[in-house]
Amino acid sequence: MIRVEELTKDYGSRRALHGLTFEARQGEVVGFLGPNGAGKTTTMRILTSYMPPTSGEAIVAGYNVVSESLEVRKRVGYLPETVPLYTDMVVFDYLKFMADLRHLPNADERVGETLEMVGLLDRANGYIGALSKGMRQRIGLAQALLHRPEVLILDEPTIGLDPGQVVEIRHLIREIGKERTVLLSTHILSEAQQICDRVLIINKGRIVVEDTPENLQSRLVGAERVILRVGGDSDGLAPRIEKVKGVQQVKSNPDGSLEFQFLPAQDVRQQVAKTVIEAGYDLIEMRAVGLSLEEIFLELTKEEEPDKKKKARS
Amino acid sequence: MRNIWTIAKREYDHYFISPIAYVVAFTILLVLGIIFALVIWSYSGQTFFGGGAPDISPIVGSFAFLMVLSTPALTMRLLADENRMGTMELLLTAPVRESELVIGKWLGGMLFILTVIAITLVYPIILNNLVEPGIDQGTLLTSYLALILVAAAFLSVGVGVSALFSNQVAAFFVTMIALVTLYWLMGFPADYVQSGAEFFRHMNLQTHFYNLTSGQINLTDLVYFFSLIAIGLFTGSMAVETRRWR
Repeated sequence: MIRVEELTKDYGSRRALHGLTFEARQGEVVGFLGPNGAGKTTTMRILTSYMPPTSGEAIVAGYNVVSESLEVRKRVGYLPETVPLYTDMVVFDYLKFMADLRHLPNADERVGETLEMVGLLDRANGYIGALSKGMRQRIGLAQALLHRPEVLILDEPTIGLDPGQVVEIRHLIREIGKERTVLLSTHILSEAQQICDRVLIINKGRIVVEDTPENLQSRLVGAERVILRVGGDSDGLAPRIEKVKGVQQVKSNPDGSLEFQFLPAQDVRQQVAKTVIEAGYDLIEMRAVGLSLEEIFLELTKEEEPDKKKKARS
Repeated sequence: MRNIWTIAKREYDHYFISPIAYVVAFTILLVLGIIFALVIWSYSGQTFFGGGAPDISPIVGSFAFLMVLSTPALTMRLLADENRMGTMELLLTAPVRESELVIGKWLGGMLFILTVIAITLVYPIILNNLVEPGIDQGTLLTSYLALILVAAAFLSVGVGVSALFSNQVAAFFVTMIALVTLYWLMGFPADYVQSGAEFFRHMNLQTHFYNLTSGQINLTDLVYFFSLIAIGLFTGSMAVETRRWR
């Protein structure tokens, strides 16, 4: 469980966080999305008791991150953005060291199990310095999972992994998220879509939006978009579809398909299909396309743009 | 306590994969070996050190001098490297107190230097067999106590300084300057000032070191060394702690 209230953090005169408030419950994977410098890492560092907030309160696993930091640190697993590893250590020794710092009983077995979870058991006796970036990333993750923490905080967990590993690690995070609280940051939006129960979009130290990935999409998409493809030439089809009641903004895509929108309240797809067939075209494909999180994200962080231009000019 | 030991053990192990530690140990043992050979040679010829029965004081004195030069190399890495590599983030988000971290690092260095000190015990053992009726056991004991205390104090200063930096070279030179000041420079004003000479003599580490090696154990000397150790470790803990607040 993570509860954050009115969290602010100043670096000198620069304010990195402006009164952040959010919650993450047990059994929930919360995604932290935002452009670089939005305050994701700062927030995570505060939640892991690495540094104190300037003001506000953060409760992690039932303890205050400032006044009960040792209790928080016992219950949190943390994968920092730059995976901190002792490159001159053997993988197993490194994890054993971390396990000992956490006073884990039968540390050897635990290290073995955790290495298996991240798929690196065969590298247990290799030097960390000789591992690839993706493997190091997984060692960092193993370190965060060693003590089976109540709260898992992961700063860009899948960065540097190859596609196969990304799938595995996402699956692993999902599994862990079933029982525990996971807060992860990413700027890969499809990742947030796949593994997060809830998404917080943060920009310039403020939470811009907080919702489930699905709600975010439907909330931001005023109209449903549909792509339509017919066999052969689609000339002359557009005006016919435009005539169907409820259809808006028909346009032809360069690849020959047509695209149109309709309001969610009145589903026009049946009518459109009928129209296409009756007009003698072969309907091959008709599919709805949601606005991707990428587009939502750009939409939400767009309003800041004029600011930047002003600053650049002055 | 357990965390201190975990950290100390890792540091101790690390010394054995680090070339710097081998260079330090090799240099100390080589120089002491040469000095020891000279002691024996002069004893046999009764010429070099003005004759008389040989004792271990040249070894002990040189060892202290060598530690001024070598302990900065042993401590420079300890915390500065954690700062540089970002592993400090790992340690500070693990359930470890700042003081445990700093004391653990210090203890790791201490165990290494104790290993080197233990190796030098061959010299008094050899000497004891050469000299009739054997060397003074009391002086030997206090001399080694002095060496251990000097090492502990130097390492503690080094750890304290290392915590302030994220650059090893900077940590090395600042520690060296601090140790040179403690070991020599503090004593200089004593010969020139009108009043307060006593103060400078007391602040000088050599005074206390040679009090011990001469065979006497005074409370003031012990207090001096323990204060230095405490100040160094406290500085280190504070430096790590303030890192959070930046």
